[in-house]
Amino acid sequence: MSGPARPAGSLSAPGTLSGATPVGEVTPLPDEPLAELAARYGLRPSNRRPTLLTYSRQLWQRRHFILTFATARNVAMYTEARLGQLWQVLTPLLNAGVYFLIFGVLLGTSRGVPNYLAFLVTGVFIFNFTQRSFLVASRVINDHLSLIRALHFPRACLPLGYVVVELQQLMLSMLVLFVIVVPAGEPVTWYWLLLIPALALQAVFNVGGGMMIARIGAGVDDLSQLLPFLLRTWMYVSGVLFSLDTLSRLKGHHTLQAILQANPAAVYIDLVRNALLKSQRLSNPGAQPYNFSKCWWYGKHPTDKPYWSAYCHPPPLSTWPDLWWLGAGWAVAALVIGFLLFWQAEAVYGRG
Amino acid sequence: MAVADPTVVVDDLHIVYRVYGAGGDRGTAATALLRMMRRQHRPSIREVHAIRGMSFVAYRGDAIGVIGRNGSGKSTLLRAIAGLLPAEHGAVYTTGEASLLGVNAALMDDLTGDRNVVLGCLAMGMTRQEAKDRYQEVVDFSGVGEFIDLPMRAYSTGMGSRLRFAIASAKSHDVLLVDEALATGDAEFRRKSHRRIEELRRDAGTVFLVAHNLNEIQETCNRVIWLEKGKIIMDGDDVPGVIDAYLDASGGERRERTPVSG
Repeated sequence: MSGPARPAGSLSAPGTLSGATPVGEVTPLPDEPLAELAARYGLRPSNRRPTLLTYSRQLWQRRHFILTFATARNVAMYTEARLGQLWQVLTPLLNAGVYFLIFGVLLGTSRGVPNYLAFLVTGVFIFNFTQRSFLVASRVINDHLSLIRALHFPRACLPLGYVVVELQQLMLSMLVLFVIVVPAGEPVTWYWLLLIPALALQAVFNVGGGMMIARIGAGVDDLSQLLPFLLRTWMYVSGVLFSLDTLSRLKGHHTLQAILQANPAAVYIDLVRNALLKSQRLSNPGAQPYNFSKCWWYGKHPTDKPYWSAYCHPPPLSTWPDLWWLGAGWAVAALVIGFLLFWQAEAVYGRG
Repeated sequence: MAVADPTVVVDDLHIVYRVYGAGGDRGTAATALLRMMRRQHRPSIREVHAIRGMSFVAYRGDAIGVIGRNGSGKSTLLRAIAGLLPAEHGAVYTTGEASLLGVNAALMDDLTGDRNVVLGCLAMGMTRQEAKDRYQEVVDFSGVGEFIDLPMRAYSTGMGSRLRFAIASAKSHDVLLVDEALATGDAEFRRKSHRRIEELRRDAGTVFLVAHNLNEIQETCNRVIWLEKGKIIMDGDDVPGVIDAYLDASGGERRERTPVSG
């Protein structure tokens, strides 16, 4: 429909105009230049993006849209499946089951980690939140072209809405997680309340990162092909499946270890693990005063005395307050940069 | 008309599409790799000059029909007014926001009709209460009836476009662009949508209508713009006159002539 190429001359059907001979009757244009006329009546270029302030206000005004959108998406997600909403719980369970089978049972990565099952499942669920938010964000603009072209709304609603979808899924995963870790020997403590700020920070980080990825993914479709590989690599270096503190390959490489530990996925995973799992709080390096012999013994026989990792040197950036500062920093930085980047291209989304 | 305020100003607009992979290059993995090794850019970019210098002013209360053959630039013009296409040269100015309703503007296919109604209203910036108040009106207008709680992908083309029009027209727009979105509706719906467009015009909005059904244009519009090869051939308030001239010029297309002569 929209103006495809037509070689000149193909119009010569019987009785057709040949060439572009314009002008029969034309409604007269005003005398003044059109741009001035437009300015005089306060018309604006049709594809101008709103100011940052207006945009933020519009976005706030659409908060009900975002929430309703997320709930509707969540309900619609499994309508095709026979087990329906049960998949909301089954998906994370199976996910954790597969990793436990491979890394816990077959490969024995659990070396030196107390209560490996709880450690692993927490890591998988938390990383999954960021992973899925980013994957969806890479396609969010191209998947909703028709909606974008039909209605006017701040496009940031879309990546934001999908993070809320994932957050709702995470809430269910958390319930599943409680059911797993308590029988695995973790006590219910007041520390569990720290889950709320930890997950809130992670959600903010996901929104910011999701906006960056959505902006790039809207222009470069290849990103959604590449992203799963990047995310999987990210998962392996973020200590989801094994403890970064005790990874023998990292012994002596303090800078590298610090970098890995300060990466946002590792930070949020550690925050949640420390809040949820007593075994983690007790075995974190630095949780006990430094003791050379116990630490040395732990290095030799980690499975023997898993809690003795607590007597080792605290690797940089892994103490409890450090983690909170890092988590907050990542969240704010991602949100600010992501929001600015996404807003910059607001007028461009939806052009085919 | 000239006494009214302008709502859309199109100032010497040029739109150029760049179509990638236009040539014989099939875009296989091997050719893509070869291209990257030779450090060439994307293959054979073909430029299509879809709109070549168009200027007009639309005023409050106008319902403007846009006619022309396939490929004359009608849809391109509407998308440019909606701000969805960048101008190569010139500019489009609008008051407020221009909303484009197209044939394939499915909202959210996998969600039910009623979800789409609520979400559409909220997305357009209504509050929860407003959306709730408007809900029944939208559903009644669409005439979708009991199918409202089915996913939209289960709808017939006509039902889908009726619901979309109902949602989009629930809010009064400064500029509403309708691109063949009414073509699949039945006679009763066309009557209703005709009335709705009249209402939107009275609310001091401007409506653009692209339709191949010239009858519809004649009934609904007070002004017609006839495009050919991305230029305006005729533009006037004499709707039947312009339509007749268009039909004379494109004599071959009997399908369109029949309804008008009646």
